[in-house]
Amino acid sequence: MIRSEILREIAPILNPHLVVCNIGLPSQELHMIDDNERNFYMLGTMGLSSSIGLGLALAQDKTVISIDGDGSVLTNLGTLPTIANNVADNFILLIIDNGSYGSTGDQPTYAGKKTKLEAVAAACGCENVVTCQDVDTGKALQAAIDSKKMTVIVSKCDSGNIKLPVITMDPVVIKHRFMQAVAS
Amino acid sequence: MNIDKKIADDLVANDVSFVTTVPCKQLAGVIEEVEARKEIFHIPANKEDEGMGLCAGAHMGGKRPMIIMQNTAIGVTINTLATLTQYYRMPLPMLISYRGELREPVACQVEMAVHTKALLAQMNIPTYHFHWQKDVEEFDNILKYTFMCNKPVAILTDANFWGGYGDQ
Repeated sequence: MIRSEILREIAPILNPHLVVCNIGLPSQELHMIDDNERNFYMLGTMGLSSSIGLGLALAQDKTVISIDGDGSVLTNLGTLPTIANNVADNFILLIIDNGSYGSTGDQPTYAGKKTKLEAVAAACGCENVVTCQDVDTGKALQAAIDSKKMTVIVSKCDSGNIKLPVITMDPVVIKHRFMQAVAS
Repeated sequence: MNIDKKIADDLVANDVSFVTTVPCKQLAGVIEEVEARKEIFHIPANKEDEGMGLCAGAHMGGKRPMIIMQNTAIGVTINTLATLTQYYRMPLPMLISYRGELREPVACQVEMAVHTKALLAQMNIPTYHFHWQKDVEEFDNILKYTFMCNKPVAILTDANFWGGYGDQ
């Protein structure tokens, strides 16, 4: 499976929850598959999906799922010790690991070579790290939500993209409706 | 006047309850004070752009955030300030130790100091410079201003403000 196929499959599981979605194609795909006010689309700032999601989870009680990529986590690797040391049991970091920088032309990442992000997360002190194959992502995500324990999921999938338009929604509108959903 | 306590008092009075920090020797006292306040959740960050991401999330979760960092961080965070904090119109007071100014003992710090105000001006970030201890009296108003206008706002605090660095 490629990332867009995973997102299509897990969209019903994501739907009731607050989702912070990574820049570029992941946000465009989620926007196309299931646009709703509980999705926060990142239009810029590669690497900060996990940080925004953790800050949000620490600030309120609703479940927050950050959708990240292996390339983005590598960009902001310092996020993993911060997550590990500031436990928010309403926070799930879902790393869709296709071993490539998908939005920029599928250049290989180090996570697709020797580096294992699940081992990095565990070494940083994250206590619940789950590695799964693409087809099992929904099952792993639902289990993490049900566990009410902060969880890092690394979902291994194939590299590849679909063609789709950019998000033209104004960032202030994205934020405004998201904050209303958070507060509701 | 204890400026560390005054800053923490103003944070609490303005309901700033989520503070992320990347340390600097000049900021050690205020970071310790923030850590000690039960009204404030203190979350150290490994890098300043990560800290701004945490603050963005806290803001959307209904908390008032702040970041405490060195001016060298301006060189690290331009993209985050432009494409996250400013693009989504998020308030972010930035208490910044202004290294490389008067009474600075480390020459390399001057290299970023000479760019700091120019970069902040280029970013259209409202900028205040605390040089004398009495300047801290404006901190309360700066916090109110920041959360009124939903912008990142810089408060540069130099070695003279903190009572010197390295020579006492």
